[in-house]
Amino acid sequence: MGADDNVSSDDNVLVRVENLVKHFPVKAGGFVKHTVGHVHAVDDVSLVIERGKTLGLVGETGSGKSTLARCVAGLIPVTSGTVNFNGRDITNLSRGAMRPLRREVQMIFQDPYSSLNPRRRVGAIIGDPFTVHKTATGAERKRQVQDLMERVGLNPEHYNRFPAEFSGGQRQRIGVARALALRPKLIICDEPVSALDVSIQAQVLNLLADLQQEYGLSYLFIAHDLEVVRHVSDKVAVMYLGRIGEAGPKESLYEHPRHPYSVALLSAASAADPDTAAARQRVILTGDVPSPIDPPAGCRFHPRCPKAQDLCATEEPALVRYKQSAAAEVASPAAAAETVGGEAHLAACHFPVADGESLAAAGTKELA
Amino acid sequence: MSITEIDFQAQGAESAQEASGPVEGRTQWQLTWRRLRSDRVSMIALGVVILMIVLAVIAPVFAGITHHPVDTSYPNQGENAYGNPVGPFTNGFWLGSDSVGRDVFVRILYGARVSLEVGIITTAIAAFLGVAIGLMAGYFGGIIDTVLGRLTDAVLAFPYVILALALAEAFGPSLTIILIVITFFSWAGIARIVRGQTLAIKEREYIEAARSIGAGPFRIMFVDILPNLLAPVLVVATLYIPNAIVFESTLSFLGLGIQPPTPSWGNMLADAENFYQVAWWYLLFPALFLLITTLAFNLLGDGIRDAMDPRTERLIAARRMRGLRAKRRKAAGGSGPDSSLPDPVRAPDGS
Repeated sequence: MGADDNVSSDDNVLVRVENLVKHFPVKAGGFVKHTVGHVHAVDDVSLVIERGKTLGLVGETGSGKSTLARCVAGLIPVTSGTVNFNGRDITNLSRGAMRPLRREVQMIFQDPYSSLNPRRRVGAIIGDPFTVHKTATGAERKRQVQDLMERVGLNPEHYNRFPAEFSGGQRQRIGVARALALRPKLIICDEPVSALDVSIQAQVLNLLADLQQEYGLSYLFIAHDLEVVRHVSDKVAVMYLGRIGEAGPKESLYEHPRHPYSVALLSAASAADPDTAAARQRVILTGDVPSPIDPPAGCRFHPRCPKAQDLCATEEPALVRYKQSAAAEVASPAAAAETVGGEAHLAACHFPVADGESLAAAGTKELA
Repeated sequence: MSITEIDFQAQGAESAQEASGPVEGRTQWQLTWRRLRSDRVSMIALGVVILMIVLAVIAPVFAGITHHPVDTSYPNQGENAYGNPVGPFTNGFWLGSDSVGRDVFVRILYGARVSLEVGIITTAIAAFLGVAIGLMAGYFGGIIDTVLGRLTDAVLAFPYVILALALAEAFGPSLTIILIVITFFSWAGIARIVRGQTLAIKEREYIEAARSIGAGPFRIMFVDILPNLLAPVLVVATLYIPNAIVFESTLSFLGLGIQPPTPSWGNMLADAENFYQVAWWYLLFPALFLLITTLAFNLLGDGIRDAMDPRTERLIAARRMRGLRAKRRKAAGGSGPDSSLPDPVRAPDGS
């Protein structure tokens, strides 16, 4: 692949997030509340989402994936940084100014049970976007809703049913139909299949892929299941404690992970092929994810990292670009200007992992 | 297992689902009604409530049948030789006569009109206010919540009987004052419940979904949150109606509510107080109607609350199982508790 077919040509880029920071204040005190600290949910994250492509975002619970998604969707205000959508700065717009943009950015939620109002009929739920944006009413609205239902694989005759009358997979299809109603450019999928059975996951993922082809959608796809992300994504970014640890094109990242955290995550994922699974070393991380209220100094992963040295505790590593080779070689020039979500394989680590390097020596276990 | 293999299996699963035919779903209201119907106490209470409403509505019909208009005294038929009231089923007075020879039964029915009117009107207005205030406080939070919350607390903390007495004294007793006073003290409790529910519902993902499609705060409050509040509000409202009825009776009993000659259960009781030694029926029947009506509303409210709770289904099923087991035990000749089905409720050691 060409080394420099990067994404800085803005025509390709639908969403550009720069230095996004989101802190949540932690309040204490019974009568007079005061802020005693901040949860560093997202800390200085930059990324791009290319048109018609899928950026997968992986990370443990509490790594800030969902917060990042909600910032991009404009559902919560950001602390600092900018979100640029389709060439327009949409950071912290008022609700009125955001309104036209709602038609372009939609979300699919994790829980197909709590994301559909139990008191409203499916037709009303899917038709809501039309009502809110006054794009279709009456019979026309019903026709469009039924078209959508058919498109996502639901029976249009179930227009008058309640969400409780559908299975989990069908409910998630309702969520997809609702997100699709306004013909958005970007759909943010916040763990859309993690609440579904494995057999149903594939159906929903394939539906999402079909829709992407048909409508030229871009996805920001959040998940903690690496296999799912691999299946749907073009580019993948790994998040840890509010920062991006490693990012790159799917093949490059999955075949040549450089950040020890990515290596550990990949080793924990279930493999499709039992032979590979048996051959694989399992890296077991010790300890818990540190509190995002008081994140560790230096590299945020260093307290749990098998390769950590003194430097890691003091100096925070920057994202640098790596060559696609077996050794963990830094590409030259080591352009820090590359963006997460582009063609470059980036990782933020002082001591990157080379292909085939064992992390087991450094205090991790090997599984037979 | 790879994703593509899964895909293949998934298609099989889907076609199997299609073959099993449509499943008839039930709305929550249907489920609630089904549970309520299986609860005998609630159904009796509902029957009593409906009966009371019907009696109140057709009160003039009874006045016609007995030929005793509500405010007319019958000094000849309605009083005995000593000038005291006559007892039940005497001289055409079904439940006796009162101190000035009026028909107690007809007056009780007209009193029911006042009581139900006060109960239903005040509760309806209070529910409306309570929902509006609780919804705003819960949804917007922050300073709005603080202000409305303190207002609610202030009303709940008020010694309401004293304020009611003072108001009735100051403005002169009338139906309007009663309605205003009772409404004023009823909305706060409803607002508090609605606020709590709103806080819980606000965090659901479907509210975020509504925001993400661009719905405004009022659309979210009324289209997305309000339908989820109807059930708890219905339960609370059913329990507030008897409160309002008792409150009205109390005020009327103290002479600060409905003024004679207009009958109300409260002022009938106040009048009867002086005659209970010679006319027990004059005291007993209005009190009985008051008791039965408030009891019926309370039991109905409890029943609806239980019926809304999905766990009740299991409780009813468990009760049936116990009944079944008891029957079998009897049939088996009382050979001990372990003779038939094992009882999951009881611990194995029989304690």
